[in-house]
Amino acid sequence: MIDALGEPQTVAVLGGTSEIALAITTQLAAGRARRVLLAGRDAVGLADARTQVLAAGATDVVTLALDAADTTTHDATVAELFAGGDVDVVLLAFGLLGDQAEAEADPDRAVEVASVNYVGALSLGLRVANRLKAQGHGALVVLSSVAGERARKSNFVYGSSKAGLDAFAQGLGDSLHGSGVRVVIVRPGFVRSKMTVGLPDAPMATTPDAVATAVVKALRTGREIVWVPGPMRLVMSGLRHLPRPVFRRLNI
Amino acid sequence: MSELVAGWGRTAATAATVERPTDAGRVVELIGSAGSRGLVARGLGRSYGDPAQNAGGLVLDLTGLDQVLSLDLEAGLVRAQAGVSLDALLRLVVPCGWFVPVTPGTRLVTVGGAIAADVHGKNHHRDGSFGQHVESFELALPDGSVTTVTPESDPELFWGTCGGMGLTGVLLTATLRLVRAPTPLMRVDTVRAADLDELIAGLVEAEDRHRYSVAWIDSLATGRHAGRGIITSGEHASLDDVAQRSRRRPAVYAPKVRAAAPAWVPPGLLNRASIAAFNETWFRKAPRNQVGTLQPIGAFFHPLDGVQGWNRLYGPRGFLQYQCVVPDEATLRTVLRLLTAAKVPSFLAVLKRFGAASPGPLSFPRPGWTLAIDIPAATPGLGAVLDGIDLLVAEAGGSIYLAKDSRLRPELVPDLYPQLPAWRRLRDRVDPDRRLVSDLSRRLSL
Repeated sequence: MIDALGEPQTVAVLGGTSEIALAITTQLAAGRARRVLLAGRDAVGLADARTQVLAAGATDVVTLALDAADTTTHDATVAELFAGGDVDVVLLAFGLLGDQAEAEADPDRAVEVASVNYVGALSLGLRVANRLKAQGHGALVVLSSVAGERARKSNFVYGSSKAGLDAFAQGLGDSLHGSGVRVVIVRPGFVRSKMTVGLPDAPMATTPDAVATAVVKALRTGREIVWVPGPMRLVMSGLRHLPRPVFRRLNI
Repeated sequence: MSELVAGWGRTAATAATVERPTDAGRVVELIGSAGSRGLVARGLGRSYGDPAQNAGGLVLDLTGLDQVLSLDLEAGLVRAQAGVSLDALLRLVVPCGWFVPVTPGTRLVTVGGAIAADVHGKNHHRDGSFGQHVESFELALPDGSVTTVTPESDPELFWGTCGGMGLTGVLLTATLRLVRAPTPLMRVDTVRAADLDELIAGLVEAEDRHRYSVAWIDSLATGRHAGRGIITSGEHASLDDVAQRSRRRPAVYAPKVRAAAPAWVPPGLLNRASIAAFNETWFRKAPRNQVGTLQPIGAFFHPLDGVQGWNRLYGPRGFLQYQCVVPDEATLRTVLRLLTAAKVPSFLAVLKRFGAASPGPLSFPRPGWTLAIDIPAATPGLGAVLDGIDLLVAEAGGSIYLAKDSRLRPELVPDLYPQLPAWRRLRDRVDPDRRLVSDLSRRLSL
């Protein structure tokens, strides 16, 4: 259960090697989270993540296989996730950044990004939401991105996949209102992590720990949309309202 | 239909199917219909946390079982359905010269809830807890049977149900022993204590002399004022006491709701500044030392019931009540010091000394000092402060009240309730499939 102060006892991570998800999970394990389920593709990475979550205070950490792109496996994966009892918080944390130039040259790569970031999230998100609804409580945390707020020419494959994910999560959250289940949408700016290694820092760059702190706070306060850092909301609001002729000339 | 259900603290609401049966037959039927997520009974929802909610399962709102079945005015025995409120009971018996044996700080609790939480009142040092005044009750068990239980017929089930948080069966009716109250008034002594030493000494003295006693503490007072408060103690006023009163104001029992909290209150209305100001005023307006004032029963026992929906004043994030009992004064002082140091804002902090414990394995009261304190859930750093106090309480051999809890660490429960294994054996006996489930039982792995 999530207690009166917003502390969950069981956390599941879809995309268990995500640095942001790991930062969130270790913070929750320092609170009440004792049982953690880490689902991902990379078995070695998951084992490493498991060690870290155990060190943070969890006592029962299980790893399981997840292929976000293969939706035919999702029923089984989600069933496995909930087989051991209620899950209080599910983090939807998998995602591919992809390379824009490569994706433009080889559209199959773009399809891959979309099938993980959007189709995979849609398929797993709906299945998880149904389970949470049936247990009458819980929170689904969706890692979106400011890139989805307005697609840029330099990154529109990834951006459009996150735009789809973000819109899906908003609608899902509204549809679950009153069901005891909450959807928390997280929109970080540029996060310095292994996903972005080698890329130049964007303005207002943040860290997985900062994102985690904001998410844990949102679980406590009941906030449904989390921008990291907070002022990113204003920046994106400005960008969103720029006329297109101006926006497309921006070198971002 | 699925509904959101929360406790009085309005934190951690979860969705459940809520059924409102109005007869015992239907209750038994519903117990049989419960799915894998089980069921739990609910009364007037005055538990602060999550014992009367059951996420994804069934919640039986029993306030429809509201019939008083028999009333023996000679012996002072009343048999009532579990959904009858103490409010309804008092309106019935006070004019006849009787009173409920134990009442918590609100009369808006049901008989079933009072047994399930084994509630206590200002007379615990003399009279013990609610369950100790129950002659017998009828309990619907998870296997579909209905059984009448007395302390003699099945002590394990009787005492396991008193304080058992509704997890041993669904209470249908109960027979209670009432106590005499010759008038609807209380003869009350009020003493202001300038610091904690005075407060503790004053409370000990008041308890020796009076059946009912309690102290209010200003939790935000620091320095030489730390632990200052107001001790109120009293007795049921006799006919002689009342005879001295003006005849123009006849003594009748007619508690009224004077105000209602608005439907929506902005977050942060109750904060350190507003609560400190309230506490200062409350302390100053109390008489320094006043003996023998006549007060209506409602004003003495249930002052907060005068404000309907006062729990909404804490805003959308809600609040919790922390109530612990510790055996010794030294631990009490440490707990209070920690709460004051953390500047935990509370306008309702109450201190009282408990008498002997009841045989109930999950019953909360045990000899020592009990402190109950309302705290806004949004208070920064609250979790860590309370976790630290929990450890102190556990080490001292004290306990935390399950009817108030909404955030305890499950690992600590066996330390706080040493008789938990015995109670679990009872559950294995009456509910091996664990059909009786609440968010509390899930959260604390009871």
